[in-house]
Amino acid sequence: MIASAETNNSDFKENLGFRQKLGRFFDVLLLICTLVGLVVLAVLLVDVAFEGGSWIRPQLFTNYHSRFPEKAGMKSGIVGSLILIGLTGLFSFPIGVGAAIYLEEYAPKNWLTNFINININNLSGVPSIVYGMLGLTVFGRMFGLFGPDSWLVRVFNIPVTTGMQGGWQFNLFGIPGLAIQLPFGRSLVAGAMTMTLLILPVVIIASREAIRAVPPSIREAAYGLGATRWQTVSTQVLPVAVPGILTGMILALSRAVGETAPLLIMGAFTYVPFLPESIWDQFTTMPIQIYNWITLPQEDYRTHLAAAGIIVLLAVLLSLNTIAVYLRNRFQIKW
Amino acid sequence: MQEVKRVSVREIIAERKSNKKLFGLFKLGRGKSVWEKAIAVGLFACSVFSVLVTLGIVITLFSETIDFFSRPEVNLWDFLTGTNWRPLSSNPSPENFGVRPLIRGTLMIAFISGAIALPIGLGSAIYLSEYASEKVRKVLKPALEVLAGIPTVVYGYFAISFITPLLQRILEDGLGIDVSFFNALSASVVVGVMIIPMVASISEDAMRAVPRSLREGAYALGATKFEVATKVVVPAALSGIIAAFILAISRAIGETMAVTIAAGATPRMTLNPLESMQTMTSFIVQVSFGDAPSGSINGQAIYAVGATLFMITFLMNIISDIVLHRFREVYE
Repeated sequence: MIASAETNNSDFKENLGFRQKLGRFFDVLLLICTLVGLVVLAVLLVDVAFEGGSWIRPQLFTNYHSRFPEKAGMKSGIVGSLILIGLTGLFSFPIGVGAAIYLEEYAPKNWLTNFINININNLSGVPSIVYGMLGLTVFGRMFGLFGPDSWLVRVFNIPVTTGMQGGWQFNLFGIPGLAIQLPFGRSLVAGAMTMTLLILPVVIIASREAIRAVPPSIREAAYGLGATRWQTVSTQVLPVAVPGILTGMILALSRAVGETAPLLIMGAFTYVPFLPESIWDQFTTMPIQIYNWITLPQEDYRTHLAAAGIIVLLAVLLSLNTIAVYLRNRFQIKW
Repeated sequence: MQEVKRVSVREIIAERKSNKKLFGLFKLGRGKSVWEKAIAVGLFACSVFSVLVTLGIVITLFSETIDFFSRPEVNLWDFLTGTNWRPLSSNPSPENFGVRPLIRGTLMIAFISGAIALPIGLGSAIYLSEYASEKVRKVLKPALEVLAGIPTVVYGYFAISFITPLLQRILEDGLGIDVSFFNALSASVVVGVMIIPMVASISEDAMRAVPRSLREGAYALGATKFEVATKVVVPAALSGIIAAFILAISRAIGETMAVTIAAGATPRMTLNPLESMQTMTSFIVQVSFGDAPSGSINGQAIYAVGATLFMITFLMNIISDIVLHRFREVYE
């Protein structure tokens, strides 16, 4: 039936022994590649624990930075970081989830949707330091619109002040809690808004994945019963997607906790010897405090105190991640 | 969670009725209440917000950059070609504003960290996708991703507290080569480690998307596991792997804190990675840390450098996107 297969052995060397040996060598090489990262991680953790372990003391949590290493702490950094991620979560949750719902449930397939998608992908690749410059200009300085010689101030005769906290302070409706300061300057609000822009792509992408994981049959059942699109989304899709969204949200916030560069550029202070009393106050965060210690010449700051600060920072990150994993495992529904 | 799934018809009808009561006076058709419309518009606004962020970045960076170049002390040509970066000199003139030393520092660190991360990351990806059992993979992959979650300031600390002394011990004490305390190599090592998970995870996704039938075909022809991995799976997933490489390098270019801490602040046209140098990002930090007032020449120089950085990384991200989507081998 078929012409006999006459194998031409001249240019085919089976050489199986060598090939299998090569395979085994490669096998080991690949395992080593995978372990390199993990070994470095282990060395890093041991190094930090070794240098900073004995410097984890109550003063670290109760004191501000001090000229004496033994008295120095990072109280304002810890509090600043916590308030900052709280605010960042507050700002980024509605926008990020809203955008995700639109893109997953509402968006028609057209060039605009496509453009928004490409745009979000690109934003997630923009270096974080660029967000710092954006935050500095848009939130911190507001393009100088509230400076003493801006056209806006002259045209509307806005009573601006000059100096460090220069700008326009006013109280919305005269209610004490609603004082507003323009521009935002080096305040917690400006920092949180900068961080919001930074993590927004991550929040959107993670929320979209959580929403997409809800099977279409759920939506179809709701539509079949006559529910409108928003009723379907709000009563059926979102309640099921919330654990996934929250998991992504917490992971995004844990990225924000570790970010240093954007806040440095935006103008967060390295030395803040008080706790913020309002969201318009100046602030510092844990990574900035650590960076400041690293840049000091004394060995105690540079090596030990910085390492102790890093341990606290990593502990916060670890607990955030644990919460995220717990949420995912506890509430996620397998379809 | 079971209650969530159970749709009560009565509930939905009741809700529709109450909606009608609320918006009944608008006399709109079924399911087209003002409320529905308003929500759709609000959600649309949220997603358009991300476009505004991009627009904000472009306007911010370029408006200040234009102001910078309209100064008499600088010009664009010397900025792009000059080899001296002395922005703090008392005599600001075009020959003191050449960005090339910063670009060279940045590219050198990106290059060395890439040389470290690309092979290791690709190796890990092949291992995780082709060799590791599901059990091992479930442990190794998250462990590797922890590397990506460690703050960059921690990597900076690790570079100067561990890597630099190690390099000094090996190269200076062992081989007699001078290693300055701030050096590009130390920074490159930690940046390399930092981007390993990125290379590994994107490449692995690409490899796992290669259909099983291709592998089985190769096995049937008598290929060993090694040959299947390197001659079938890697070429089939090449677009994803290259995209991962470009993204990782772009990340290394934009990396800030580790580089600022470990590589120093000496803009220099050097190819010696054991010297102190400065990158674009660490210049921006240096100026911001020193509190340059807005409108001053340095306050504007950071925007010019930032715009350069943004354009480089933006181009790389676009290229990686094109590679990933246009050149992808689609199976099935």
